Amino acid sequence: MPTFELTPAMMREIIMDHYSAPRHKVSPDGEGYASIHSSSVNCIDDIDVFLKFDGQGRVEDACWNGTACAISTASSDILCDLLVGKTADEADYLIDQYRKMIHEEPYDSSVLEEALAFMNTGKQAARIHCATIGWDAIEELLKEHRHVG
Amino acid sequence: MFDPIQVRQDFPMLRQGKTMQGHPLVYLDNASTTFKPDCVIEAMNRYYMDETSNSHRGDYDLCYNADRRIESARHAVAEFLGAEDKEIVFTAGTTESINLVAYGYGLKFLKPGDEILLSVAEHASNMMPWFRIAELTGARIAYIPLEDGKITVEGLRKSLNEKTKIVAIAYVGNVLGYVAPVKEMAKIIHESGALFLVDGAQAVPHLAIDAKDLDCDFLAFSGHKMCGPTGIGVLYGKYENLCKMDPFLTGGGMNVKFSKDATSVCLPPPMKYEAGTLNIAGIYGLEAAVKYLASIGMDNIRAHEESLKRYAIEELKKTNMVTIYNEDAPSGIVTFNIHGVFAQDAATLLNSKGIACRSGQHCAKVLPEELGTVATVRASFYLYTTKGEIDALVEAVKKGGDFLDAYF
Repeated sequence: MPTFELTPAMMREIIMDHYSAPRHKVSPDGEGYASIHSSSVNCIDDIDVFLKFDGQGRVEDACWNGTACAISTASSDILCDLLVGKTADEADYLIDQYRKMIHEEPYDSSVLEEALAFMNTGKQAARIHCATIGWDAIEELLKEHRHVG
Repeated sequence: MFDPIQVRQDFPMLRQGKTMQGHPLVYLDNASTTFKPDCVIEAMNRYYMDETSNSHRGDYDLCYNADRRIESARHAVAEFLGAEDKEIVFTAGTTESINLVAYGYGLKFLKPGDEILLSVAEHASNMMPWFRIAELTGARIAYIPLEDGKITVEGLRKSLNEKTKIVAIAYVGNVLGYVAPVKEMAKIIHESGALFLVDGAQAVPHLAIDAKDLDCDFLAFSGHKMCGPTGIGVLYGKYENLCKMDPFLTGGGMNVKFSKDATSVCLPPPMKYEAGTLNIAGIYGLEAAVKYLASIGMDNIRAHEESLKRYAIEELKKTNMVTIYNEDAPSGIVTFNIHGVFAQDAATLLNSKGIACRSGQHCAKVLPEELGTVATVRASFYLYTTKGEIDALVEAVKKGGDFLDAYF
C-alpha cells in the first residue's frame, strides 16, 4: 500500500498529463527494438509496444504507439517511463506489483510511482483491460527477451 | 399509443429498481440487445419446466406437442413478417442466417469475377461471411458509395453491373441508424438479375415489416434484439431461393435418408436448414416476443423511438458539448462524441452514472474512415425507453470534462 496519501486530484493530474502529452508515444525507427502488437476484442485499443535493452541488460528505451483511450494511453506511457534503466527482473517485478494493485490484492507500492494513479481502476472493471494492455504487451516482450537471451 | 412507463412493468430488468454504480440503471444499448418481458421468460420456462421433449416426429404426446409448438412459432414469425410459414428458417441469429446464405447460396453459385455488393457501413456479420465466400469462389467484393452515411438508390444504380450477383445490406444501419430504401432497391436489384439479402437485425425489432411487399430475397434477424431470447434467430427466404440452396449444416433433422455409399436426400426447406436439435426454448421465447411486439404495435414502437430520437438530439445539442453523427436518421439510435473525450472514456463516465451505452466501432470497422473518427458513443432506444432516461444521459454528458472522475 502507498505510504503517502494520493488524492483523486493528484491521480487525475497524473493521468491527464500523460494522456494529453504522452512522452513515449512514438514508433522508433532505430535498430535493436523488439516489438509486439496488442489489441482487444472488447474495445478499440490497438497499440504497438517497443522495447530496447542496452549492452548491460538494462532497458535503454521503451515506447508505444497506436489508438488508445485516456486510460490505456496514460498507463502505457507511465509504464514506459518507469521501465527505462530497469533490468528484466526489475521490470517483471514492477509489472507484477502493478497487476496486483489493479486486481485489488496486496502489493508493493514502493516501485509503482506514477502508476499508483491507477489504483482505483477496479471501480470501472470494464476498463481494467485498458489499464493493463501496455503492461501485458511489455511482459510478453520481456519473456521473448529472456528466451532470446 | 402505448405508455412506456406502463410497458416497463412487463420487464423484470426494469421494474425491480436495478442500479449500476449506485445509480438507477439507464439502459441505452438496445441496438446490442434488449430486455425480456415476463411473457418471453415464462414461455421459455414452460418448455423447460412443463413441456421438455425433443422435436421431430416423436412417438409420444410430449414430443408431438413440441413439434406443434415449433410450427406455431414458425407461423407467428411468418405472420409478423408477412411471409409464409415454409419461408421461415430458425437459426442461431443474424450471423448464422447470413452465413447460411453465404455458404448455401454464394458458395454454390458464385464464379470467379462475380461481384458481391455491400456497403462500408455493414456490421461484421454482413461482411466477414462474404469476404470468406469471395476468397473461396474468386468472386470480388464491391461497395455501394454512401452519401452522408446513407445508402441511396442512385448509389446502388451506379454500383450495379452485369457481374453483380448478390447485394447484401442492412435495412437499418447499426452505427448510424439510417434506413435504407429497401423496397426501391429490391426492384432495381432484381431488374439487374441479382439477389438481395437484407440484414434486418436493427430493422425487424423496430419497424413494421412486410417481406412480400419489400420483395427482398432473404431477410436475416435475431430474436434477442426484439425482446426475445439469445441464440435464436430467423432467416426468411423466398421459397424458390430456399429450394435452390445447399444446406450449411448437415445432420439429424434435415435429411429424409442417407446410406453407406455417402448419398443422402434432404428434407424440403425450411427443415433442410435446421440440422441438429433446435433451440426449442428459444423458439418458444421468440414466438412470445413477436406476439408481444405485435400486441403493442410496430408502428407505435417506431413512433415512440422517433420522438425519443428528436428529443435526444434537441437536448444533446443544447449542451454544446457533443458532435452528433446521425442527426437526421429516423430511428432510435444516436451516435455521438463528447468534445475532447475519447468515446471509450465517455462510455466509462456514463457507466459511472448508471447509464449503459456502447462505445467503439460497433462492429462496423470500415465505417469510421467515412465518419472521420476512430470511435463513437452510441445510445439506442426501445419501446421501454423514457424521456427521463434521455435527461439522465444529457446530464451525464454535461459532466464530460470530468470523465476521469469515474475512476476515483
